[in-house]
Amino acid sequence: MGLLLCLPWWAGGVYYINLASQILIAALFAMSLNLLVGYAGLTSLGHAGYLGLSAYVSGWVMVHLGWGHPAAAATALAATTAMAALFGLIALRATGISFLMITLALGQILWGLAYRWTAVTGGDNGISGITRPSPFGLDLGNASYFYFFALLVFALVWALIAVWVRSPFGASVRGTRDQPRRMSTLGYNVWLIRWITFILSGFFGAVAGLMYVYYHQFISPHSLSLANSAEMLLMVIAGGAGTLSGPVVGAALVVILKNVASGYIDRWVMLLGFVFIFIVMFVPGGIVAGASRIAKRWAPQHPPSGIQRPAPAPEIAVENPATGTTP
Amino acid sequence: MSFWLIQSLNSLALGGVLFTLAAGFSLIFGLMRIANLSHGAYFMFGAYIGLSVLERGYGFMAAIVAAALGVGLLGGIVERLILRRLAGNSLSQVLATLGVAFVIADGSLWLWGGDPRPVSAPALLSGGVQLFGLTFPLYRLAVLVFSVVIALGLWLLLDKTRLGVMIRASVDDRQMAQGIGVPASRLFTLVFCLGAALAGIGGVIAAPILSVYPGLDADMLPLALVVVILGGLGSLAGAFIGSFLIGFIYSFGQVLFPDLAYIILFLPMVIILAVRPRGLFGRITA
Repeated sequence: MGLLLCLPWWAGGVYYINLASQILIAALFAMSLNLLVGYAGLTSLGHAGYLGLSAYVSGWVMVHLGWGHPAAAATALAATTAMAALFGLIALRATGISFLMITLALGQILWGLAYRWTAVTGGDNGISGITRPSPFGLDLGNASYFYFFALLVFALVWALIAVWVRSPFGASVRGTRDQPRRMSTLGYNVWLIRWITFILSGFFGAVAGLMYVYYHQFISPHSLSLANSAEMLLMVIAGGAGTLSGPVVGAALVVILKNVASGYIDRWVMLLGFVFIFIVMFVPGGIVAGASRIAKRWAPQHPPSGIQRPAPAPEIAVENPATGTTP
Repeated sequence: MSFWLIQSLNSLALGGVLFTLAAGFSLIFGLMRIANLSHGAYFMFGAYIGLSVLERGYGFMAAIVAAALGVGLLGGIVERLILRRLAGNSLSQVLATLGVAFVIADGSLWLWGGDPRPVSAPALLSGGVQLFGLTFPLYRLAVLVFSVVIALGLWLLLDKTRLGVMIRASVDDRQMAQGIGVPASRLFTLVFCLGAALAGIGGVIAAPILSVYPGLDADMLPLALVVVILGGLGSLAGAFIGSFLIGFIYSFGQVLFPDLAYIILFLPMVIILAVRPRGLFGRITA
């Protein structure tokens, strides 16, 4: 944490500070998606839609209506959360792969709207001329100040999600992921729990979308593409779905890989595809889980003195948490 | 009047194209319980293969055969090398097909460049046909007929042959089918090849209508999803009806409300999901 706080002094250049900001924003997306994918076991492929909606709404009311930043941000958050509530009603008619297909279709519809509804969205040209806010008189045009702002938002979201995960509600969400039928028998409203999680995920996605549009000061249909949704999902899965730190690690990995790779080749999408296949085939539990498994294997086997350790549990095949649902 | 007639033919032709795409998607889903997210990429890859064959001066039939073989082979490789190793974990399989889709899409961009490539209809079918005092483009009629022939062929295959019986048995109850000796492994590869080949053929016959461009895959995949969500997964009849329904809605939507065509597309999906989550003809849920 301390390292992160003073990053602008050791990072060595604006490029690296901006890279860190990008990682934080990507981590926000991955963390918000992780609520659904990791904790609720609902794999969504339309998350970039929330980025787009939030960014477009805030950009549109600022550029075309001349609204100030607080009003624009509040409108964007409200509109995106409302859209998530509506999408949740549709997508949660199903679980598993049908859920994935519906979210993909919904995401593509938002993309199509951004692309085709040129009168409002500017079509392929997108909306440009969006400014960064200046909270408390700080000029966020400065890379370091923007980084601190992103870090603050990131820390807030992290704390909120951490509290949420540990709360009784978070436990019931994991319950609906692992044993929907039993939860139902116990009297929990499985659908409602999933719907609330869906909306929460959309809300945090909207927060990330705002940060995204502040950083780039520009939004175009490209940001809503399926490739972008897939990139977010890759961050979650590569890092480790259903863990707090996994999506952050995944986000850092994908953003750094993208930046490094684009220096050498211009085939990022193909690389994304190969990384996707590789992760799914060989590191299905994600890097965080994989690393801790390796660490356990290499750790000394004798228990620390004075602490009675229970007999090691038999090795259980690591199951992808996202697949634990049965309709 | 003429507007409605011409537009209806366009809708039917688009419906035919969508059927070649959605039929394979639906079959693969029915048998393997996975959503093949590389299906749009197979469609586009088939169109590009067809384009290259045509540019070398071969005929349209050759283009269709080459695309079917090329894309079918690719599908078989993907099934054997990737999906096979993830058997039993359908979510991982779906995500792997998404990775494959990106590799194919970007590879096509690399090989064929970023400009849209127009494809002309075969000379024999490039004219118009006079009906009710109106000139209908002959090629679109041909696409409609072609897709109906494919639908009939698939129906015969599924309904009248031993292979079809095995496929249907596996769709309805995979474990029981395996238990009585249906060779599921070979069946999976075969159906995946068949579905991919159909998508490739769809790409070629759509090329004179839609032309070929990067992003065609991302345009077609959601259409295929909406078709099967509407029609019901694993059902050929559902894919057929759904394709023409979406063909009409999308074609008319694009002409009447060009800005909002995607929203109009999404309404029937919402209604069907609200009323019948399994789709119109669905036999299975995922």
